[in-house]
Amino acid sequence: MAGDQGLNNVVTTVREARQPSLTRRLSGVLHRHRRLRLALLLVAPMVVLVVVYLGALAVLLVSAFWTTDDFTGQVVREGTLDNFRQLVTSDVYRAVTFRTVGVAAAVTVICAVLAFPMALYMSKVASPRRRKLLVVAVLTPLWASYLVKAFAWRAMLSGDGVVNWALAPIGLEGPGFGLTATIIVLTYLWLPFMVLPVYAGLERLPDSLLEASSDLGAGAGRTVRSVVLPLAFPAVVAGAIFTFSLSLGDYIAVQIVGGKSQLLGNLIQGNAGAANNLPLAAALAAVPVLIMVVLLLGVRRTGALENL
Amino acid sequence: MRLSARARAGLAAVMVLGLAFVYVPLVVVLISSFNTDRTFGWPPSGLTFEWWSRAWDNPGARTALATSVKAGLGATAIALVLGTMASFAVARYRFFGRDAVSILIVLPIALPGIVTGIALSNAISTTLSPLGVSFGLFTVIVGHATFCVVVVYNNVLARLRRTGGSLEEASMDLGADVFATFRHVTFPAVRSALVAGGLLAFALSFDEIIVTTFTAGASVQTLPLWIFTNLARPNQAPVVNVVAALLVVLSVVPVWLAQRISSDPAGGRI
Repeated sequence: MAGDQGLNNVVTTVREARQPSLTRRLSGVLHRHRRLRLALLLVAPMVVLVVVYLGALAVLLVSAFWTTDDFTGQVVREGTLDNFRQLVTSDVYRAVTFRTVGVAAAVTVICAVLAFPMALYMSKVASPRRRKLLVVAVLTPLWASYLVKAFAWRAMLSGDGVVNWALAPIGLEGPGFGLTATIIVLTYLWLPFMVLPVYAGLERLPDSLLEASSDLGAGAGRTVRSVVLPLAFPAVVAGAIFTFSLSLGDYIAVQIVGGKSQLLGNLIQGNAGAANNLPLAAALAAVPVLIMVVLLLGVRRTGALENL
Repeated sequence: MRLSARARAGLAAVMVLGLAFVYVPLVVVLISSFNTDRTFGWPPSGLTFEWWSRAWDNPGARTALATSVKAGLGATAIALVLGTMASFAVARYRFFGRDAVSILIVLPIALPGIVTGIALSNAISTTLSPLGVSFGLFTVIVGHATFCVVVVYNNVLARLRRTGGSLEEASMDLGADVFATFRHVTFPAVRSALVAGGLLAFALSFDEIIVTTFTAGASVQTLPLWIFTNLARPNQAPVVNVVAALLVVLSVVPVWLAQRISSDPAGGRI
């Protein structure tokens, strides 16, 4: 009997050795089934993003076609185009939309004009040691709080603030609070979002191309115009997507330094909050979404999306 | 690049101006936090530490700071898991709808925050409230996670594209199973990208105000919400200024961390 017991033990050991452990088998299944691996990787992120995010966006879009009862303030779930009709026909909404797009465009252009020479200096002129320091210097404010930066400019632009104090000796006065201040603050807030992609784009640009251009007789200006700018364009567009989109939906900066000016974000916020007219807020929110979608589709071919 | 001395000087001048534009307001906040004058007239009339000690004892600011840290950690944890999974799927597989997946991940950061904010707020009040989920820390974390996923995703994706799959194939050929390969080969390769992405995700969440406004409800106040509410109260101005100055100083920490951990001077991609 004792011998049988020993034999049994041997048999079990051999069987265990032949039968791989659970993790090993699971690994084998995963290894053989590529599709299963892919599905396991995708299911959680997609469930969250599609259900939570796209779902919420879809409901919002649908509610743009609803309306509210004037008397009770309750949302009435009947399809109507009233909100959109109001958007298109009302002078106020049209003016605010144009003003918002104008502010976003101005911020984007100023950011690009400031960021391009900065990025060019960082990537092609500065020594490698200094380059690293400059990247850190540009990046650090990105971590400083949005509100702190807007708040800083409130202190800068206020009546007895730094700007007026610095401009007083030359007989000038700062812009005070208003649309100009809003553009300054938004430019300030989003500048790193433009510098970094442009810098990354320029850094990828091989120096040999620039040398070839100057060997062929082009001056620095011509090289920048004909070689650097076309190749860096997707990176600039990538930065522009950030600055434009971020400016388009902003309503905090304009509340802090904008004086009485209103942008689309303020109208959306006002209707979603105080006015309790979510359908109208949803219709208003469709405006920046539509602008961004058109913009993203438009720049798809420039390759900017790979630079995001 | 061969540039004339004048062109170099011009570029350097723009660089200096740009950096001055970026740093002067932050330095002004720092100095103002020691200003004896309550209204922060410039130049400061005198220096004092009173506001710093008062801010330290402010219970509202402390609670808000703790809430912000909790929300940031929660959103970062979700973003790390989901962003990594999505980036592996997109980097290592070809499948129908891959472009749609990558657009869907970028969408929450490409669309204005207020759109995300009212969409989530509407969804919570119409569909989740009947199910017993109400506005609070949980909804803030989920709201933040939607746009934090993209920064982790971008960082890990860039790393995966750079490293390629050949090391993993070699590991499998040498007999390591899927899990051992992940633990010993893939994970060490993406670790610093995860740190960079996680830091950015935390910073985005810590700083977020618009989405927070719409998902927090009345009971939860993050630090940005606290600052924004107290901005309008003149007698709170010195304390708000100290909190702002503190946040300016603290913003150096993640940059320093990213420098130590990753070789990428930019400390990751946006």
